[in-house]
Amino acid sequence: MCEFHQGSHSHQTIDPAAAEMIEKANRENVETTWDRFEQQKPQCGFGDLGVCCRNCLQGPCRINPFGEPKEGICGADADLIVARNLLRTIVGGAASHVDHSYMALHCLKEAAEGKAPYALKGADKIKSVAAKLGIATQGKSDNALAQEIVRAALADFSSYSDEPMGWLKATVSPGLLEAWSKLGILPKNPDREIRTAMHQTSMGVDGSPINLLLSSLKMGLVDGYAGLQMGTDIQDILFGIPYPVKTEANLGVLSHDKVNVVVHGHMPEVSEKIVEWARKLEGEAIKAGAAGINVAGICCSGNEVLMRQGVPLAGNYLSQELAIITGAVELIVVDVQCFMPSLTKVAACYHTKVVTTTPIGQLPDAEYIPFTPENADVKAQETIRMAIAAYAKRDAAKVQIPTHKSEAWGGFSVETIVQALSKLDAANPLKPLIDNIVAGNVLGAVGVVGCNNVKAVQDQQTVEMVKDLLANNVLVVATGCTAHALAKYGFLTPAGAKKYAGEKLLAVLTAVGEAAGLGGPLPPVLHMGSCVDNSRIGDLLGALAGYLGVAIKDLPVAASAPELQHEKAVSIGTWAVALGVLTHVGVVPPVLGSPLVTKVLTGDLEGLTGGKFLVETDPHLAAEGMMAHIRAKRKALGI
Amino acid sequence: MKKILVDDSKCLACHSCEIACSVAHSTAQTLYGALAEPTPPLSGMHVEPSGRGRGFPLNCRHCQDAQCVRVCVTKALSMNQDGVIVCDNNRCIGCYMCFIACPFGAMQESVVTSEANVSKCDLCVESGSDPACVTACPTQALVFEEPDVFSKNKRIKYLVELAVSG
Repeated sequence: MCEFHQGSHSHQTIDPAAAEMIEKANRENVETTWDRFEQQKPQCGFGDLGVCCRNCLQGPCRINPFGEPKEGICGADADLIVARNLLRTIVGGAASHVDHSYMALHCLKEAAEGKAPYALKGADKIKSVAAKLGIATQGKSDNALAQEIVRAALADFSSYSDEPMGWLKATVSPGLLEAWSKLGILPKNPDREIRTAMHQTSMGVDGSPINLLLSSLKMGLVDGYAGLQMGTDIQDILFGIPYPVKTEANLGVLSHDKVNVVVHGHMPEVSEKIVEWARKLEGEAIKAGAAGINVAGICCSGNEVLMRQGVPLAGNYLSQELAIITGAVELIVVDVQCFMPSLTKVAACYHTKVVTTTPIGQLPDAEYIPFTPENADVKAQETIRMAIAAYAKRDAAKVQIPTHKSEAWGGFSVETIVQALSKLDAANPLKPLIDNIVAGNVLGAVGVVGCNNVKAVQDQQTVEMVKDLLANNVLVVATGCTAHALAKYGFLTPAGAKKYAGEKLLAVLTAVGEAAGLGGPLPPVLHMGSCVDNSRIGDLLGALAGYLGVAIKDLPVAASAPELQHEKAVSIGTWAVALGVLTHVGVVPPVLGSPLVTKVLTGDLEGLTGGKFLVETDPHLAAEGMMAHIRAKRKALGI
Repeated sequence: MKKILVDDSKCLACHSCEIACSVAHSTAQTLYGALAEPTPPLSGMHVEPSGRGRGFPLNCRHCQDAQCVRVCVTKALSMNQDGVIVCDNNRCIGCYMCFIACPFGAMQESVVTSEANVSKCDLCVESGSDPACVTACPTQALVFEEPDVFSKNKRIKYLVELAVSG
């Protein structure tokens, strides 16, 4: 387990492994994202406040927050420009997740029709998804059911009717459906909603900031159910429901004597095949003089193969260049989202091959190996063999692998959590958790999700905030790059429970962990998966609310994205506030230029959905704010 | 004495200098904090359309023989030991003669108090560092230099370009 970094790079990262690699990069004159951040300073105040409009060719127009002009050429004021820009940002996030789940859906279709070499490993998920979609399961094979599920999903994408999305209706409670229907924010065909929102925000259409904010909430639901929920459901069908697995995290997982292959991006269709063929072709690596093949993950590709294969995590978003800078990575394979265009430039300083795999995720100077569901076996072998060939070119003089790494447990799907709790109460698995919340042993729960952001010291806000929450007996679940961050410092281990959890929380974690046969407490932070797997948090909230007979907005819970960077994090956060969850963001989103939008998002919204945003860059104040909310919700519930 | 000088071929008219000036003259000293202040802090820098390029950032030039100082009947305006033209609010009667006299339009009404006084560039002398507009300029169109250094750099640039084109 690594301690927090205090040295000369403490304004950039608290991760000692990252600090060591930034130092190496400086020594070797390799430019990193932190160098480019310095060159970008000072960042544009208009962009920072969201008051720059480039939606027509008469612009760009900017609103001066301190004087004139107060309106753009067309007459749009700061409120309208900010609201339009915000919706476009959320469309960017939702489109990314919906396209992700669509790719997974295509893979499942090909697999279920026998055209692609993927076994359907999630038999239990096929049954549960079929059941929620109202598909009769009796006497049908897994493949036949999967094909019906695919047709149900595709029906959403081809729907011409004004009926709300089927996947959403199959997932959420009648209460939420009714609330969202009253607000007029139930999405129809997700592709149509994305198109409509781009239209709505184009020059000369919607001039109402409030109407645009309602569309933003709707777009959050597009992400939540056609992106996150559908993505996780389909991926669990293809690759199996995750179950607890022990692994390691941080750059120290890279190997000195094995071929190191890093999977980076988001699509398990690619990373699962890389892991499969790395295992199968290990003999070829040994013949080439290596001790074997070591696959490690970055970003959500890392989370996906951690959750289901126990693959170690090399690092989160801000560590992607640093993995290459170790000089020990033979090949980094990317698919979509969150990989920096700089990777090939960094890789050119070493022997590292960068492989792109999708038609929309290209990098000049990378090797393009186009993966499709049908050819995935062939392309994965090609990729692994390219890595083995690169091993011979590794320059020992340039290799420096930090020793830092921590044990980490992952794989906490809702199914897993319920299974662990059922050891305490088989008939009512959620009862022990609820009882402990009622008794005050667990004050509440917070989902800590999202990215790294170069504006924030890497991992610092996440770690400091989570320390406060755990010490105050708040249970934490995590996904995405935030889960990586917490993995690096031992929060995802039974030992982490003893180190960080308050006394009452520790007792609960110990009781559950021992009953579930872990031989110790549950980790105080449960790793629930990738960023699309925020749907698992939604499922858990839905189950808890359903068990208690209250709405999600009444639960003593909150969400937080302490170091958000991507548009996806904004759309996920919008889904969370639509669900009724107080959602903290630790980096200020570009909306402050509009007093109206700021007021609605951080205040008035609560009257509509029960959720709102809490903007706070101080991790301790953020934790305090969320705990105040949790206490207020407890009081309202009379507990 | 250093001056704020401009290479207008580099000015993209992004107005970043104006924002930075406002923030530097706010109580909060941060962009987000300045937004929340009841009276919006003024900028002493003004980017106006330029006949030559996209724009030209214009501020008080702190003239050696300043027209505003000459016309000030109460001697409210003067140049201090830092080379900054300053206004003594106790003496200012709000006659606006300096507005008329300044060839660059650098004078503007202060919004800070109800007293008649002017608001304009103060070279950020109180901050102890380079003017905020210069630091904020993303293209280095604004520089804070000794005028002779500025001219020398211009001469070098001119001759290099001449050599390349010739």
